[in-house]
Amino acid sequence: MTQKLPHKDAVIIGLGWTGSILAHELTDAGLDVVAIERGPWRDTGTDFSIAYAQDELRYRIQHELFLRPAQITVTFRNNARQTALPVRTWGAFMLGNGAGGAGVHWNAETWRFLPTDFVLRTHLTQRYGANSLPSDMTIQDWGVTYDELEPHYDAFEYLCGTSGQAGNLKGTIQQGGNPFEGPRSRPYPTPPLKQGYGHALFAEAAVQLGYKPFPQPAGNLSQPYTNPLGVTLGQCTYCGYCEWFGCANYSKSSPQTTILPVLVRKSNFEARTECEVTRVNLDNTGKRATGVTYVNAAGGEFEQPADLVILCGFQLFNVQLLLLSGIGQKYDPNSRQGQIGRNFTHQTLSTALGFFDKDKYNFNPFVSAGAIGMCIDEFNGDNFDHGPLGFVGGGYLGQVQTNGRPIETTAVPPGTPAWGAKWKQALRDNYLSTINAGGGVHASFYAYRDVYMDLDPTYKDRFGRPLVRLTIDFHDNELKMSAWLTDKYAEIMTRMGAKQVVKHPRKGPYDVTQYQTSHLCGGAIMGDNPGNSALNKYLQSWDVPNLFVQGASAFPQNAGYNPTGTVGALAFWSAAAIRSQYLKNPGPLVHA
Amino acid sequence: MRDRRAIAAAPLAALALCAVVCLARANAQGIDKQDFNQVENGRYLATVGDCAACHTLPGSGHEFAGGRPIETPFGTLFAPNITPDPQTGIGAWTDDEFVNALTKGTGRHGMRLYPAMPYTYFTRLTRDDALAIRAYLNTVPAVHNPVKADQLPFPLNMRWIMAVWDELFFRPQAFRPDPHKSAQWNRGAYLAQGLAHCGLCHTPKNFLGADNNGRRLQGYNLQGWFAPNITNDTRQGLGSWSVDDIAAYLKTGHNQITTTTGLMSETLNLSTSHMRDDDLKAIAVYLKDQPGQNNEPAAAPDPSLMKKGTQIYADECSGCHKPDGSGIPALFPMLKGSPAVQQTDPTSLLRVVLRGARSAGTADAPTASSMPEFGWILSDEDVAAVVTYIRNAWGNTAPQVNAGDVHRARQAFVERSD
Repeated sequence: MTQKLPHKDAVIIGLGWTGSILAHELTDAGLDVVAIERGPWRDTGTDFSIAYAQDELRYRIQHELFLRPAQITVTFRNNARQTALPVRTWGAFMLGNGAGGAGVHWNAETWRFLPTDFVLRTHLTQRYGANSLPSDMTIQDWGVTYDELEPHYDAFEYLCGTSGQAGNLKGTIQQGGNPFEGPRSRPYPTPPLKQGYGHALFAEAAVQLGYKPFPQPAGNLSQPYTNPLGVTLGQCTYCGYCEWFGCANYSKSSPQTTILPVLVRKSNFEARTECEVTRVNLDNTGKRATGVTYVNAAGGEFEQPADLVILCGFQLFNVQLLLLSGIGQKYDPNSRQGQIGRNFTHQTLSTALGFFDKDKYNFNPFVSAGAIGMCIDEFNGDNFDHGPLGFVGGGYLGQVQTNGRPIETTAVPPGTPAWGAKWKQALRDNYLSTINAGGGVHASFYAYRDVYMDLDPTYKDRFGRPLVRLTIDFHDNELKMSAWLTDKYAEIMTRMGAKQVVKHPRKGPYDVTQYQTSHLCGGAIMGDNPGNSALNKYLQSWDVPNLFVQGASAFPQNAGYNPTGTVGALAFWSAAAIRSQYLKNPGPLVHA
Repeated sequence: MRDRRAIAAAPLAALALCAVVCLARANAQGIDKQDFNQVENGRYLATVGDCAACHTLPGSGHEFAGGRPIETPFGTLFAPNITPDPQTGIGAWTDDEFVNALTKGTGRHGMRLYPAMPYTYFTRLTRDDALAIRAYLNTVPAVHNPVKADQLPFPLNMRWIMAVWDELFFRPQAFRPDPHKSAQWNRGAYLAQGLAHCGLCHTPKNFLGADNNGRRLQGYNLQGWFAPNITNDTRQGLGSWSVDDIAAYLKTGHNQITTTTGLMSETLNLSTSHMRDDDLKAIAVYLKDQPGQNNEPAAAPDPSLMKKGTQIYADECSGCHKPDGSGIPALFPMLKGSPAVQQTDPTSLLRVVLRGARSAGTADAPTASSMPEFGWILSDEDVAAVVTYIRNAWGNTAPQVNAGDVHRARQAFVERSD
């Protein structure tokens, strides 16, 4: 029997980056807030101890910090002609778990999207004409602009202590920064990380080729930093155990290192961990959320009533809860009707390996950090003329090799045997003198009619709920883009002095077993009217106005950057709208 | 010149102090329920005295209702209920009985208290301050909670024995301001020697648990920690800290040098972080005036132990505490020059290394960083080496720690549930 719990002002589902930010903002506004988190509580000292944090087998290979597929998984297919099957071990993306969410295991690349990314369809059709885009490409404008988000990007970066070099301060281009970025109101809170030899060599070669390289904005901190909440972060030690790992010495921006210490001190905040929300409850009009139902670790079912429901789960699970709760209309790719599940996107990564003369080059790749590296942005978004190229979109090119961890840093030149003495010798010869994958091209993934999410007709989770079904493949536009960008990256590698460059452009079909990034986006997108989006510009559900849906599920399509900076900015933006507008007058913030 | 000015200033300061005390006395002769000032003053004083630390069972939700076990070298006591409940609390006590409990160590009907109740310190409290505390305690919800306080073994379960103890070690004694010191110093002394009862943990005890007054505030081993030397000793005490460093530590749990952990975390959370800045500075001024011992440097440690310790430090510690032991303020304690690592008794250092520790989070410094435990990864020999290294690197000096010391500490910590 479901036990009904005392009412709360707000219930937050998921205590990662967005859940922590919303919980902090709403408790500051005086609300009584409970966060319900599927995974365990996690804390730096006890869970990411310096004495064992750098364990590649445990964390990278055996997925210690991630959801277990037995707990919940997804099904996958490339297109509607196939039958989707469940993912039984994570591959193309990783799904975080526990307090801190994916903010625990990220590399901490902390980018802003370009101003044109937010008005993508308008911009591209203005520049290249209405017929320039493929007919099944469903990209659209976000409904929010860069200028509106700027103060909130700033808030997120100052929360995190992001290390970087400004490229555009209030419209004035800054030497050494990214000249293509939108204007920022302040410099980064901390200076850029020191760069390794391989990263620096990339920058030198880029300058020779006429590009303007700049350090990647990093949430691995170049120096100690105390954020506006009074929480102190340490200095990165360049250990190279960032992505897949929790940071053991408080130097990677995460909810643990920036917000949770303040949140847990608040008497109007409560976190319930190891509790999985099974649905959002609606009243009999279907227009108002009454709270959520969840199951705790002992199997007990509880109803948590609340005035305000904020979905802060990972992209996949936000969309799944909307579908399972009957909120909004599910997307039908044939009729193109419905919004929930539409414009599902990922990322388009590619690389080129550079093998250098071992007697002349020693990159010490193990001295590294999650968001270290030098990048160029000449080929991101619409920073370059796509007219003659036959594709749209782009990405940053960077030597951003994050680590030299022993199990995976095993690139050897083509033709080397896959095992045995010759393989070992080749590994020995190349470990220190190879620019590995990790560096490369980080490019956009635009939205298409036939890339979407819905509920699987066959496979169910442990509660008997249908799994989410992913239907996703690369389209010609992205594959063409990837080949072109990979060539550009390889040119820089050659200029760096590599004796052999091996290109790996992204190839179809989309492979759910090969890791790319965990940047899944879309499915519950934001926009300027209910006919093209699930959420308004404040991430408020068009259908259920006391429900807000945070995170990358709101991205109409994915840009050529890592998404977390934009996820954080949107969370602050949405929280500000709730505080300044919604709480005074609960109801739709945008009238359709 | 400076000396003459100080001498001239002393009587003035004493006069000022006298004026403050006399004014306060004029305000309250007894308890006045209508007097907000008295109740509010009592609330503050109860915070300074950290009454809740012993008299509130953590997690019970019943403030001052007693029942918390107090670990002493002689056995476990249970702090009594001091809510106004007439049957099980102190609601039926007269004001005089209450004042006597604080200042003379006698409970109701003259029953002797155990000196775990720091009446040996509270004896310096003015009657007005004691009554203010009573006034405040009268306002807290009465909780019916019978606590059987006496659970000590024979013969200590016979309270009359405490009369002998008092005869030996206790002289009821009002606070006497030192006319040669500033008003600030005297306020600090009044608090530190009295209500704040710093010495209860920080002063060494004799075999009957009484303060060794010849070694006041020079550090004491209790409850699995070593409460460090807080005299102005250069190496082991607060000699290298400024008054502001001490005040910041007591307010926020952190300063440029170190972070709070262990038993002091609770004191900080319940008491010192809620104290007024002027009182914290007064305490700091007083502590800075407690003479150090300036002991000879410890004998040079075994070079092979130091060599091994250097390597372990580089691998396990330097990432956070920095290769030069400088740490990161408010996050990772500085080890270079740190009194915490140079105490003659290494108990706290061993405990932090073997079992890990969490620093206190406060409103002003909420980070509450943790030291992970290394007991499972470092052998007794490893710990001895790295701890000896930390105690003797960068100009530090403290006695070598041997594997046997680590082994004994490890055994002792295993048996502790806290």
